[in-house]
Amino acid sequence: MALRQQSKKGTRQKPKRAPRDYSAEVTSADIGALGWARWIWRQLTSMRTALILLLLMAVASVPGSLYPQRTADPNGVTQFFQANPQLAQTLDRFQLFDVYSSAWFSAIYILLFISLVGCVLPRIGVHWGELTAPAPLMPRNMSRMPAYAKFTVATPAAQKTAVDRATAQLKRERYRLVREANGVRAEKGYLRETGNLLFHASLLGVLLAVGIGGAFSYSGQRVLVEGETFVNNLADFDSFTPGLFFNADRLTPMSLSLTNFSTTYDLNNPSNRGIPIDFRAQVVSRVGAEGLPKSSVIRVNEPLELPGSKVYLTGNGYAPVVTIFDGKGNVAFDGPVVFLPQDSNMTSLGVIKVPDASPSQFGIQAFFYPTAAKLKSGALTSAFPAAGDPLLTMFVYKGNLGLDSGLNSNVFQLNVHAMKQVAGGKSGNKAIELAPGQSAKLPDGLGRVYFTGIKRYASLDITYNPGELYVLAFAILAMVGLVMMLFTKRRRVWVKIVEGGIEVAALSKHKDSNLDRMLEHFIKSAKIKNVTAKPAKKATK
Amino acid sequence: MTSVVLNPELDAISRLIVLGAMTLYSIAFVMFSVSLARAANAGKDKTQIARAALFERIALIITVVSVVAHGAGVLTRGIAAARVPWANMYEFSVTGSFVVMSIYLLSLIFRPIKYLAAFVTGFVVLILGSATTLFYVEVRSLMPALQNYWLLIHVTVAILATAFFMIGAALAFIYLMREWEWFNKTKSPLVVSARKVLAIMPKSDKLERQSYQFNIIGLILWTFTLIAGAIWADKAWHRFWGWDTKEVWTFIIWCIYMGYGHATVTRGWDGKRAAWLSMIGFVAILFNFTIVNLYFKGLHVYSGL
Ligand code: HEM
Repeated sequence: MALRQQSKKGTRQKPKRAPRDYSAEVTSADIGALGWARWIWRQLTSMRTALILLLLMAVASVPGSLYPQRTADPNGVTQFFQANPQLAQTLDRFQLFDVYSSAWFSAIYILLFISLVGCVLPRIGVHWGELTAPAPLMPRNMSRMPAYAKFTVATPAAQKTAVDRATAQLKRERYRLVREANGVRAEKGYLRETGNLLFHASLLGVLLAVGIGGAFSYSGQRVLVEGETFVNNLADFDSFTPGLFFNADRLTPMSLSLTNFSTTYDLNNPSNRGIPIDFRAQVVSRVGAEGLPKSSVIRVNEPLELPGSKVYLTGNGYAPVVTIFDGKGNVAFDGPVVFLPQDSNMTSLGVIKVPDASPSQFGIQAFFYPTAAKLKSGALTSAFPAAGDPLLTMFVYKGNLGLDSGLNSNVFQLNVHAMKQVAGGKSGNKAIELAPGQSAKLPDGLGRVYFTGIKRYASLDITYNPGELYVLAFAILAMVGLVMMLFTKRRRVWVKIVEGGIEVAALSKHKDSNLDRMLEHFIKSAKIKNVTAKPAKKATK
Repeated sequence: MTSVVLNPELDAISRLIVLGAMTLYSIAFVMFSVSLARAANAGKDKTQIARAALFERIALIITVVSVVAHGAGVLTRGIAAARVPWANMYEFSVTGSFVVMSIYLLSLIFRPIKYLAAFVTGFVVLILGSATTLFYVEVRSLMPALQNYWLLIHVTVAILATAFFMIGAALAFIYLMREWEWFNKTKSPLVVSARKVLAIMPKSDKLERQSYQFNIIGLILWTFTLIAGAIWADKAWHRFWGWDTKEVWTFIIWCIYMGYGHATVTRGWDGKRAAWLSMIGFVAILFNFTIVNLYFKGLHVYSGL
C-alpha cells in the first residue's frame, strides 16, 4: 500500500511517474461495465479506502464493549433483556448483542480483507521484479533529485578514482549497484517493501487461521466433583459449543477424573486475608482405550494439554454430600450437590430435588457457609472461604417439583410457586441447620436428612482449536514484517561523472527526513570530495 | 505459590516517596512552564534567554532527582508486595508514569524535545495525583490468574507503548496548534501569548516527523501487547481471543494507530488528519485504562478497586 499513492511530499521525490489521478477516470464519459468494475476494484484497493475501513472497524467495535455480547457474556444479555425488554429487542434487531458476528461488522472486515488481497497480490509481482532487477537508471537531471551535491574533480583519472571509492562505499553499505562508464547507480532497502508485504500477507493469514481454526474448534464445560470421572463424549458435557465444521468423531477418546481439589488462602497478611493464592485440581487422565492413567495438576494459567484438547480450570466450589431418607425409610437421595459460590468468602447456594421420595416429592434450597459466622442482624454469613467451621442450612418445600413439565429443569433453581414451604421462612418450622456428620428430621413426615461430608468440585473447560498455532505464527510474522517495514529506508544513490566534476544525488521512495544528512555522510565516508589524481587503493579495501 | 509475606509498612513508605516525587514533578512543571513563558517573551534579549535556559536546567535537574525518587517508590512497592509492582491500577499508574518519565528523559539524549518537558511533567503529575487519591489500594498478593511470567512481558510492553504514544500525541498536539488557522490569526491576548510560546518550538514538519517516530515505535509495542495478551489469554482465559471489553479496546486502539500509519503515507490524510488520529488514539488509550477498567464489565478487571 505504501507505494501506491505518495504523499504530498512524496510525490516530489518521484519525478518519473506522476501519481495516478483517479478523478480523470471517474468523470470520463462512457466507461462501461468493465470500466466500472475496474474503478470499483481500484477504489476498494486504494490506500484511502483501507484507511477508512480501518477507522470504520475501530468505530464499529465500540458498541460491542457497551452492550453485553452473547459470546463473551451470555448472562449479561439475559439480564439486559429482563431489565429493558423493549430496548433489548430493538438492539437485538441491529445485532448489537452479536456485534462481532453481525452483518455490518462482517461487511467491514470482508471489505478490508478484499482490499488487502487486492493490494497485496499485484504488489508481490511488482516487488519480485524489483528484487531481481538491477538498480534504477541514472536520472538525466541529477539536480532535481531531493538530495544533491556537485563538486569539482578536475582530471578524468581523479574522477574515476572518485567513482571507484563511491562504489566501494556503496558496497560496504550493502547497496545493490551497477557500475557504468560514467558513474554508478545503486539502491537498497528492498526489505521495506518485503516487510510491508509480509505484514499484510500475514494479516490475511491471521484472519484465515482464525476463521478456519474457529470452524473446526469446540469448547465444552464440565463440572467435576472430587471422585467423579468425565468421559470425552458429547453426552458427558454440561454445555458444549461446536465450531461450524465440528464433527463429534474428532473428540479425543479420553477420560479425566478429579482426585482432589485444593485451595490455598492467605492467612498471614491482614490486608490480604482470605485471598486465594493457589487453586490446584489433581486429576488422572487416560487417553485412548489402552492409555495408561497419568496424574497431573491443573492450575489457573496451567491447563492440561492432552492430544487434541486442552483442559482448563475455570472455577471451583463446594459440593456438600447429603443423604436423604424419605418418609418410608428408603434412600431417596445420596451424593454430592454442586453449590454455586455467591461471594468471596464462598457463601454458596445449592438446590436439592428429591423427586422419588414418598409419600411426597420435595425440594430443598440450601446455603452452605464454609466458615459460619453470625452478622449483627443475626443472619448467617461466611467469614472465610476455607471450610473452617462449615454449616449447611436448608429451606424445605413440599409438593410437585414440576420436573415432568420441564418447569424445574434448571438444577440450580427450584421453582417454588406450586410448592408449600415446610421449613424456614414463614413456614412455622425453623430452617434446618447441620454441621458435617449431623442429621435432622424433615418436617411433615418427609423423612430424614444427613449431612455426611464435604467435597470440592472444579469447573473445567475442555477446548480444541487447531488454528491457534497458525494464528500465533502469522501474528508474529506480521510483527516482524511491521518492524522490517518501519525501520528500513528504501534509498537510491547515484554518482555521475560530469564535465569537470562529479554529481551525487539521492532519492528515497518515501518520507525520509534524513536523506540530506545521509548523502552528506556518504560523501564524507567515501572520501570523494577533493580527490586528486593518485588513486587511493586503501579506501576500496 | 504457597504463601506470601506482604509488607504494609514499606508500602506506606513507598506511598510517601511517590507523593514526594509528585511534589518535585509539580515544582519542575511550574519551572518548565515559567521557562517556556520567559523564552517566548525574551525576544533577542540575551539575559532573558539565559535566564529561561537556567530555569529549564534547574527544572531538569529537579526532574531527574524526582525520577530517581519515583523509581525508588516503584521498587519499594514491588518489595512490599513481593512481586512486580504493576498488577492493579494504582501500581500500573505509578510504574507507567515512571516509565513515561524515563522514556522521555532518555529520548532527550537522541531527540531535542526539551520543549515538551512541561507537557510531560504536567501529565505525570495528573496521573500520580489520580493514582494516589483515586486508585490507591493496599498491597495484595497476586490472584492465581495473574501468577504468570506473562504479567512481566505483557504489562511492561503495554506501559512502554503508552509512554511512546503519549509523547507522540503531545507532539501532534503542538503540531495541530501550529497548523490551526484561527490560532495563528486571532488577536485575543491569551492566544497571542500562547503563540509566542509556540514560536520557540520546532516547525511543523519537524513536529510531524518526531510525532511519527514516537507513534510508530508505540504501534509496534502495542502490536506486541496485543499478541502477548492473546497468548496469555489462551492460558488464563481458555481462549486467545474473545472480544472481552479490554480486548475490544486494545483492538480499537490498534486500528486507530494502523489508520494513523496509513494516513501518514496517504495524500490528503498526512499532516493534520494524521495528527488528529494520533490524539484520538491517545484519548482511546486513556479511556481504555480508566473508563474501561472502572466501569466496563469484563474479565480484565485488575484495577483492584
Ligand atoms: C487478548 C488479550 C489481552 C489484551 C488485548 C490485553 C490488553 C491490555 C492492555 C492494553 C493493557 C494496558 C493497560 C490498560 O489499558 O489497562 C493491559 C494491562 C494489563 N493486563 Fe492485559 N490484555 C489481555 C490479556 C490479559 C490477561 C490474560 C491477563 C491476566 C490474566 C492480563 C492482565 C493484565 C494486567 C494485570 C494489566 C495491568 C493492570 C491494569 O491494566 O489494570 N491481560 N492489558
